[in-house]
Amino acid sequence: MGDGTRAWILGIETSCDETAAAIVEGDRVLAESVASQDEVHRPYGGVVPELASRRHLALLGPLVRGCLRRSGLDAGMLDAVAVTRGPGLAGCLLAGVGFAKGVACGLGIPLIGVNHIEAHLFSCSLGGRAVFPAVALVVSGGHTALLLVRGWGDYRLLGRTLDDAVGEAYDKVASMMGLPFPGGPAIEERAARCPPGASVRFPRPLLASGDLQFSFSGLKTAVRYRLEGRGSGGGRPAEPDAVARGFQEAVVEVLLAKSLEAARRTRARCLMLAGGVARNGFLRGAFERGARGLGLPLLCAPERYCTDNGVMVAALAVRLFREGRRDDLALDIDPGLRLGEPGGEEGCIRPR
Amino acid sequence: MPRGGSRILSERRTVIESSGPGETMALGESLGRRAAAGTVFAIRGGLGAGKTCLVQGIARGVGVAPSVAVASPSFVIITEYRGRLPFFHFDLYRIRDWREVFDVGWDDYLDRGGVIAVEWAERLGPLLPAGCTAVDIEITGEETRRITLAGGAGAGSAEGPS
Repeated sequence: MGDGTRAWILGIETSCDETAAAIVEGDRVLAESVASQDEVHRPYGGVVPELASRRHLALLGPLVRGCLRRSGLDAGMLDAVAVTRGPGLAGCLLAGVGFAKGVACGLGIPLIGVNHIEAHLFSCSLGGRAVFPAVALVVSGGHTALLLVRGWGDYRLLGRTLDDAVGEAYDKVASMMGLPFPGGPAIEERAARCPPGASVRFPRPLLASGDLQFSFSGLKTAVRYRLEGRGSGGGRPAEPDAVARGFQEAVVEVLLAKSLEAARRTRARCLMLAGGVARNGFLRGAFERGARGLGLPLLCAPERYCTDNGVMVAALAVRLFREGRRDDLALDIDPGLRLGEPGGEEGCIRPR
Repeated sequence: MPRGGSRILSERRTVIESSGPGETMALGESLGRRAAAGTVFAIRGGLGAGKTCLVQGIARGVGVAPSVAVASPSFVIITEYRGRLPFFHFDLYRIRDWREVFDVGWDDYLDRGGVIAVEWAERLGPLLPAGCTAVDIEITGEETRRITLAGGAGAGSAEGPS
């Protein structure tokens, strides 16, 4: 970011399970912190309900203080505080937005509300220089969005999942196989044990639909059938590693085919990949090859910023801050906030 | 308040054999059309049973526009839609304890005069409202499902359906 405007920004992310904060100075990360489930449950003896927004509240203070200490900044030096306002779980978003309002009010600095999906997408810019127009795939436990990115802040949704998100499909298939949560790494590991060509062949949902929508619910059902040795696949339960590999091949083939098709249709000059599932090596590898085949650069979010984090919120906010974006204390959460859809606000200031 | 006859009565069980997702969705749509403010569909059935598919149908029946994708809310637990009534789609897959449902604001949603569909309703525990419509989906073949409807499930309490 060439803009020299000083921007020391605190970013807060509490849209779901992770409580995260970060402080950035322009495009430099000064401090970051994400509270994992383990850290969370230890001090409370594991009795706090997993989803309670008060857990975010309990953690935010210490987390932000820790970030300030490590950044070497005084709170009074911050130029703005940014927070995820949606999409996500209402109570969780409220915890973050309420905290951020307190900080903004207490320090007398601007508040900037951020779209969680845009923050994931924008974390691609931490991986290299973006070229526009780009086609971006944002894949996580809660989201599967294929977007045309004409520039930062200018998005159009090209396709999304009609049922399960990709990460959700991974988690649920892992659960059927008795593998731990999160399902992505567990399935990838099992899949790697199966030699290429020995995988179970699963249907490629909506591959030939002609549009850019996704569906993973039927695939989940097909996996269940093969694991149980029922249905058209024959009478024996399929070997789990071969199921894991076959499932992954089906998912990745559809994601890649639709992304490449979208790139062709929109004459995109770049492919982008972000969100928690973008950590999956099999998916990254396939996208690298696919992008190369089309002669396009692939811009991935750095692996450590694929899952929910505060840096992506703060980094996006730096850009918004320099564009003059300021929200006031009337900023509201929006659990159903969308990106690149009519009425989806596209990161605009909410009219009030 | 439900209109007369719009709810399945407590003692009655209806068993429907569905030949596939299309039929499951159509059943959902007819349930949704008959749903009144305060109707709660408590849906049970394992992974891949077709719960989300049924809820997609219910959403259409409640009047959620076909252009609006009704996707699985496993990640965010609850998604709200606008139809002729508000429609609340819960998915308790990630819930481990009913108290977490309470924390999500379950009581508030009950009071909002909408239609509620809950996937993994067994995890509601004591929060399962008396007078809800219980929907159990059983996998009978790769595509086929046995769907059992019953009123007043969870009305183990003395009150029975409201």
